[in-house]
Amino acid sequence: MNSGGTNARIRYIAFNTFREAVRDRVLYNLIAFALLLSGAAILVGEISIDIERLVVVNLGLTAVSLFGVVIASFIGIGLVSKEIDKRTLYTVLSRPVRRWEFVVGKFFGLTGTLVVNTFFMALGVFLALLYVAHKFEMMDVWVLVALYFIVLQFLIVCALALFFSSFSTPLMSAVFTFALFVVGSLAEDLRGFARITRGVGGWVATAIAYLVPNFSALNVISQVAHGDAVSGRLILYDSVYALLYSAMAISGAVLIFQRRNLK
Amino acid sequence: MAAIEILDLEKSYLVGFWRKHRKPALRSLRLTIEEGEVFGFLGPNGAGKTTTLKLLMGLVFPTAGTARILGMDMDDPRVKSQIGFLPEQPYFYDHLSARELLNYYGQLSGMAAKGRSARVEQMLARVGLSDWAGVQLRKFSKGMLQRVGLAQAILHDPKLVFLDEPMSGLDPMGRREVRDLIQQLRHEGKTVFFSTHILSDAEALCDRVGVIHQGELRGVGAVVELTSQTQGKIEIIFCAQKVPAGLISLGAESRVSGDMVNAVLPEEQQDAALDVLRRERLKLISLTPVRRSLEEYYVQKLRAPEAPTESRKGAGV
Repeated sequence: MNSGGTNARIRYIAFNTFREAVRDRVLYNLIAFALLLSGAAILVGEISIDIERLVVVNLGLTAVSLFGVVIASFIGIGLVSKEIDKRTLYTVLSRPVRRWEFVVGKFFGLTGTLVVNTFFMALGVFLALLYVAHKFEMMDVWVLVALYFIVLQFLIVCALALFFSSFSTPLMSAVFTFALFVVGSLAEDLRGFARITRGVGGWVATAIAYLVPNFSALNVISQVAHGDAVSGRLILYDSVYALLYSAMAISGAVLIFQRRNLK
Repeated sequence: MAAIEILDLEKSYLVGFWRKHRKPALRSLRLTIEEGEVFGFLGPNGAGKTTTLKLLMGLVFPTAGTARILGMDMDDPRVKSQIGFLPEQPYFYDHLSARELLNYYGQLSGMAAKGRSARVEQMLARVGLSDWAGVQLRKFSKGMLQRVGLAQAILHDPKLVFLDEPMSGLDPMGRREVRDLIQQLRHEGKTVFFSTHILSDAEALCDRVGVIHQGELRGVGAVVELTSQTQGKIEIIFCAQKVPAGLISLGAESRVSGDMVNAVLPEEQQDAALDVLRRERLKLISLTPVRRSLEEYYVQKLRAPEAPTESRKGAGV
């Protein structure tokens, strides 16, 4: 099996994962999202006290993030365990497919699903913005950056969901992933707490604060809602951070899955 | 060349709350399957058949031992492109149609795009699913899924095919079709290793069989030899409405059915029995040695006490 074969197999597995998600009606969440956003836009348009843009960007991007995280967690945790439970994995791994290729293919498939999902949601956010503000402004570019950061969050959540599901039950994986998302969203507060804590407690708090994914650094929703710019340095740092963190979680998932007996 | 060489393969699982107890699933299995052979792996449920297949497929890892498949180490990635596998009670991606599934597996097997579609259609036709090719698998019956499973196992034209309980869940017609398919594979020169607990299928299809019980290989033998062994008895069928007294005195166990009598008696009484029939002017229909059935061999091996560790290796007839 050459490296070209490896790339092709990962692509096939990713495409199949995407196709499975689409046919499992995962993208139906877009309907709920569209209803929520159009309702909010109409309501805000009625009130009109010069905060329409702020409300739509805040609400829209928060919804994009939450919808995506829920999808990433709940599909991600089932990606490997469902294949083991239903034994669909047996006929895949009895072919020239390495276990790590399977995990990586699944990761890309789920990430692809979320990117497509986010693309349509982003369209909804911009349409709602156009509805309430009647025009686009230069500062709306930062909404795109916030959306990019949300996609980076999804990368990490997908990787964590895959990591937990490589050794745990779907339910526990969902609990772990969601708990890490919540704790990670408070990572900056946790780091602040670690700085003012002394002794062993300080060490533990520091370790936890830097071990959990820093989702708060990837959340610029409030900033862009107020029309503030996002620095190029933050974009670079966050991109590198998200890619490294996801790569580590996926590597962990691969290491565990490589040794797992598929009973 | 041997298609499969299993070299003291062992698997045990750690069980209990603290995972301190070892439960053996397969004990030091040593077995060789030659190329072009159809080998039946027989045993009751939980005997270790599926564990053996999973070990060979790399789905579970051995506690000890190894195996060589088509001359390569079983961990060698090149092995996978030359083998096909049908798991027990297969389940597939139910959002895919049979055609899409086979196409996906063809891609994963490294089949070139050119010719893949034609091969998929050929396989669908071979298992009688051409009319269902575009239907999602969620709408398939168990028997139809089994056919899809067979199609995916032979899709990439493997040299060696592993089938785990291939007749399971099939109706008599479906079983017959699977039997025909295995026969075709034999004629194509493929090696087939299949597990089953349906002895009539094994007797009809296999060159050799192995009997496994409680994770231990109890015996291996050629079906022709096993079933050609006589038990020192003969069976005589002749026309009569009652059993002649002369035969009863020879110790015959007889059964009358209409105008026919079926009598089984010791081989050394053959001439005396024929004399009785001649004397009574009875018409002889047939005289055959009583052969051992595969079922008798199977039951004998299952009832045999566990062999000590050393003698387990390379268990013979």
